[in-house]
Amino acid sequence: MERNLTHIALFAALIAVLGLIPRIDLAAGVPITAQSLGIMLCGTVLGARRGALAVLLFLALVAAGLPLLSGGRGGLGVFAGPSVGFLVGFPIAAFVAGWVMERTTLAPGIAAGAASVIGGIGVLYVFGIAGMAITLDKTLSEAAFLGMAFLPGDVLKAVLAGLITQSLARMRPASLLSRA
Amino acid sequence: MLTLTSPVEIWAHRLPAGLKLAALALATMGLFALKSPLPLAAAATATAVLFATGGARFATTGLRLLRPLWPFVVIVGLWHLWTADIFGGAAILLRLLTAVALANLVTMTTRLSDMIAVFQTLARPLRPIGLSPRRLALAMALVIRFIPVMLDRLTQISEAWSARSRRRPRWRVLVPATLAALDDADRAAEALRARGGAG
Repeated sequence: MERNLTHIALFAALIAVLGLIPRIDLAAGVPITAQSLGIMLCGTVLGARRGALAVLLFLALVAAGLPLLSGGRGGLGVFAGPSVGFLVGFPIAAFVAGWVMERTTLAPGIAAGAASVIGGIGVLYVFGIAGMAITLDKTLSEAAFLGMAFLPGDVLKAVLAGLITQSLARMRPASLLSRA
Repeated sequence: MLTLTSPVEIWAHRLPAGLKLAALALATMGLFALKSPLPLAAAATATAVLFATGGARFATTGLRLLRPLWPFVVIVGLWHLWTADIFGGAAILLRLLTAVALANLVTMTTRLSDMIAVFQTLARPLRPIGLSPRRLALAMALVIRFIPVMLDRLTQISEAWSARSRRRPRWRVLVPATLAALDDADRAAEALRARGGAG
């Protein structure tokens, strides 16, 4: 019981930390934020239920007024802005990534990469694009065009989520709670 | 850690947090129901007046919080200049900026502890599925406490990397950082259990 709670809390903190450090350039000189990498890792490492709860806890703290989103954004304003769809999609993306991770018997690295693409890109973009379409009063295809700007960075992050999960599985197999 | 609550105390700080959140929800729904630019411009002016009552420093902070929206303002502005639908574009931008500014106003005038108290009240019906208000507050406190700890740990890992290698520490430092988070979670769980559990 306590272990569930602390894992959820610590991974919520991990999402925040990944958003706060732009200096850790993930790949050669691309200044992308690692926040959505945190969302993917919540799913692939913690599994569906705990991963989604960790993301919800993180979002609750953002809504409460802590500037934890990448770029120091936070407060209720971000839930009224154009990226609200992505925020709504975050916990669902983590849940789907965790669900895929739990259901497949593929090697952890490949499974985590695939789970991150399905949850962290596929599912997340459905919500993100719908959110932009509503807040900016555009059609879905116009909003989808805007959303494509984030795609290369997110593909890179899905690959990284796969590599990190694979390293965790190799160093300490028991650490992958999604496969426990 | 710094919160987004404004250090400049204005009248809205004294209103109850639940009331402000309810008013914000109504106002946002109203904004999305308005379609033409004139009433939206009136709403934007009213919001600007609300910020102005807090004094120059408060209003400047409010403006600064709108800055992350500039890419969207540019894109929508160019789009509607291109399609020659100036009024439609003005309505979208006014609605967007007003909705975000109003939400920021609530955040700037509500203390973190008051906001968390509202969340605890809202979470009360969820008790049967295992989310007691006490555990929610405990989890939030754990996150707030562990963010600086994990930032320090990440800096240490990066420095250790730099001491060993001439290459720059990239995503590889995230593996020990994630392992450390899992270890911290186990230790915090033990500590909680030793102190009577999470309730």
